[in-house]
Amino acid sequence: MAATTDAGSTASGAAAPSAATATAAAPTGRRIDLARYRDLSLVPVLLVLGVIGFIVSPAFLTSANLLGVAQQSTELSLLVLGEALILITGKMDLSLESTIGVGPVVAMWLVLPSHGGRFQGLGLLPTWTAIPLCLLTGALIGAVNGFLILKLRLNGFIVTLGGLTMLRGLQVALSQGQSIVEVPNSFLYLGETSWLGAPAAVWICLVLFAVGGAALAWLRHGRALYAIGGNAEAARTAGIRVDRITWSVLVVGSVLAAFAGVLYTGHYGSISADQGSGWIFQVFAATVIGGVSLNGGKGTLFGALTGVLTLQLVVNVMTLAGVPPLWNQFLNGAIIIVALVISRYASGEKQE
Amino acid sequence: MGVPVVEAVGVTKRFGATVALREAGITVEAGESHALVGRNGAGKSTLVSLLTGLQQPDAGSIRFAGEPAPAVGDTAAWRGKVACVYQRSTVVPDLTVAENLFLNRQSVNRQSSNRQGGSALRPIRWRALRARAAELLAEYGVDVDPGARIARLTVEQRQFVEIARALSFGARFIVLDEPTAKLDARGIERLFAKLRELQAQGVAFLFISHHLQEVYDLCTRVTVFRDARHILTAPVAELGHDALVEAMTGESGAPAPAGTVGMVRAGRSDAGRGAALLEVDGLTLPGSFADVSLTVCAGEVVGLAGATASGCVQLGETVAGLHRPRGGRIAVGGRGLRPGDIPAALSAGVGFVPEDRHLQGLVANRSVAENATLTVTDQLGPYGTVLPARTRAFARRMIDDLDIRTPDAVTPVAALSGGNQQKVVVARALATEPRVLVAIRPTNGVDVKSKEFLLGRFRRHADEGHAALIVSDELDDLRGCDRVVAMFHGRVAAEFPAGWSDDQVVAAMEGLTTSEQHETKERSAHGGHD
Repeated sequence: MAATTDAGSTASGAAAPSAATATAAAPTGRRIDLARYRDLSLVPVLLVLGVIGFIVSPAFLTSANLLGVAQQSTELSLLVLGEALILITGKMDLSLESTIGVGPVVAMWLVLPSHGGRFQGLGLLPTWTAIPLCLLTGALIGAVNGFLILKLRLNGFIVTLGGLTMLRGLQVALSQGQSIVEVPNSFLYLGETSWLGAPAAVWICLVLFAVGGAALAWLRHGRALYAIGGNAEAARTAGIRVDRITWSVLVVGSVLAAFAGVLYTGHYGSISADQGSGWIFQVFAATVIGGVSLNGGKGTLFGALTGVLTLQLVVNVMTLAGVPPLWNQFLNGAIIIVALVISRYASGEKQE
Repeated sequence: MGVPVVEAVGVTKRFGATVALREAGITVEAGESHALVGRNGAGKSTLVSLLTGLQQPDAGSIRFAGEPAPAVGDTAAWRGKVACVYQRSTVVPDLTVAENLFLNRQSVNRQSSNRQGGSALRPIRWRALRARAAELLAEYGVDVDPGARIARLTVEQRQFVEIARALSFGARFIVLDEPTAKLDARGIERLFAKLRELQAQGVAFLFISHHLQEVYDLCTRVTVFRDARHILTAPVAELGHDALVEAMTGESGAPAPAGTVGMVRAGRSDAGRGAALLEVDGLTLPGSFADVSLTVCAGEVVGLAGATASGCVQLGETVAGLHRPRGGRIAVGGRGLRPGDIPAALSAGVGFVPEDRHLQGLVANRSVAENATLTVTDQLGPYGTVLPARTRAFARRMIDDLDIRTPDAVTPVAALSGGNQQKVVVARALATEPRVLVAIRPTNGVDVKSKEFLLGRFRRHADEGHAALIVSDELDDLRGCDRVVAMFHGRVAAEFPAGWSDDQVVAAMEGLTTSEQHETKERSAHGGHD
């Protein structure tokens, strides 16, 4: 059989590669641009919600209402902040929703007097240590989770599911299933004070998000979270201390959850036995519709924050519109699914 | 010759503005091993997706044994014509061989076993299934236990199972997409033996490989694609190495010595060699290698040759800190290295190109810039910050340095071609300006042009006064090295200065040593190192 050769291919050989690169580059560039704005995909949704709210009720666009929404978002948004960091690193922590309750309860158990009040504490430590103790409890929970996941190599999902149940049980046992209403003043202060016309909790939240976002964008250990979540093995061979950083992130996430517990307790002036119960679904929903990937390595804190605000605003607008609160749960679920569908088509990426 | 098993004429395929295939064609005769070669982006994968019915050509025709191709989407009909064994396995690792062979047709009885489905409610008779699997495997001479889980098979055994499954659907044409990329020399030998056996039974193969020697070893004819076009089809025997490479690259008169696709050999003398930069002394990692000693000097490129089981890859990884050795010492520039500590190895000046870029080298969804600077984030700003401007500047320098073809520094690496992805991994390793560069199979799955470039880049790194250790079993990678150290079964089997012959190195990698060498090896095994 004779060799067959395309005539003219040699002549075009030199020019063709550069042309091929250029044509191939164009569609890639477009797709990436969209993906880059993935974190902003909920901003239009927020604006639309604002417009609807404005139409539905004159009470919507008042500072009292909007600050109320912001204050109600603080506790959830701190959990979302922690969970977003953990998800970006490619891990998962379900126990955050119990940490928000058990942190304050452990702290109060240690500081409240053993007699006199309705709640029997140990009275071991002075009252001012309540907040540090609460954060310390969070750190301890994160450290134990990290030990189980990273050292014993257990499955993070199941370990923290166990943690969720166990910590909730611990809280119920310590508080004897009762609400705790004698709350230290330091808790109340953070929950009730206003700075510059807005609740302190809102400011604290904004600062924490800004710090977290800046760390993810401009600190090498922050950038490392994306590398670890995207491909832990590649991060390891590049000299990143994967386990150490992941462990730190788990601790930070739990500390944030415990701090959310401080704000929540201060805000409502008591701890109920089911404080935070069922929140983890909202946390995941807000994080994921905000553009953080469940597979790790993708997403921003700004996106996660817009996720929280979307969920909260929907409820607020519906309440103002006179929809009975009994429908809230249904609406929350519906908005999660709708937001996922919107962001699926806004980004053009599959969400596996 | 009769009617060809497959014939594609004038097929064109566009993806948006990109023409992936322009009036290309291919003809494969029954019982033929036909090679399809071309650089990345030449249109090979597109042709495969057209030939296997994953996509429809915009123009042109595809015929199987004279009949027009089935409609796209008619999976069952396509399965009876053609099958493709991909680089990534399409069998379910946790199921047994038998179940994989009859997946989704477990309960179909023998008479209609070529057809899909069967009654959904008919229970699976496991004993019968295993028996049928054993029969099928025996028919094609595949020596695999039908009850074994796929995950426990070797790579080539898994490929045999995939081929047997394809044949059981009635296909007599099989596309092999880089089947040897994950195999060692022995595995390749066994695979080729099996392919020749099946060829004798009339099965035709379309063989895609970046490894040109394999084309000469296995195939009868070769088709070259370049820039979405068909360039030539010729009997392998009539086409020299140079002519083949020329057809692929479109460049004539490469002054490389006959048969080499590697870098220009340095041919330097010992006098030009500097101080020892990497010293490995009596290193032992149980289960991989024992008592290995090795020195690489400044200005030197040393090849470490060995099959998959030889432990050479693990040795390279141990130098980079991925494993903690049981005994022995590693020193870089005279200073001992903390064992099993990757950051310590990095800061001591070890650059590392890992074996598998997908698993260990790249964060696929992150940008080229981020991947290329992953090892140097401590140099991109004060107080632990990473400044975007500096990252971009650094990345641009690496992109220029390694000639990475990317639309932009912020493009995710997943969007790049294989050769350019590998260049990003090399960029990451070179970013620290390492005194010792350890590269494991650095040209695996990379097109000829990038291969040449990367090997040349390693040489340049050595010329700048550093040391390079290339761990590979590809002779093309080793050809330009100043020395080649061959490993076999976890020990150094032989060492060759530049000017070795292929036979020598392959023989050493395969453990075919002369009795004299063997004795030396035995002695050193028992008497320690001195």
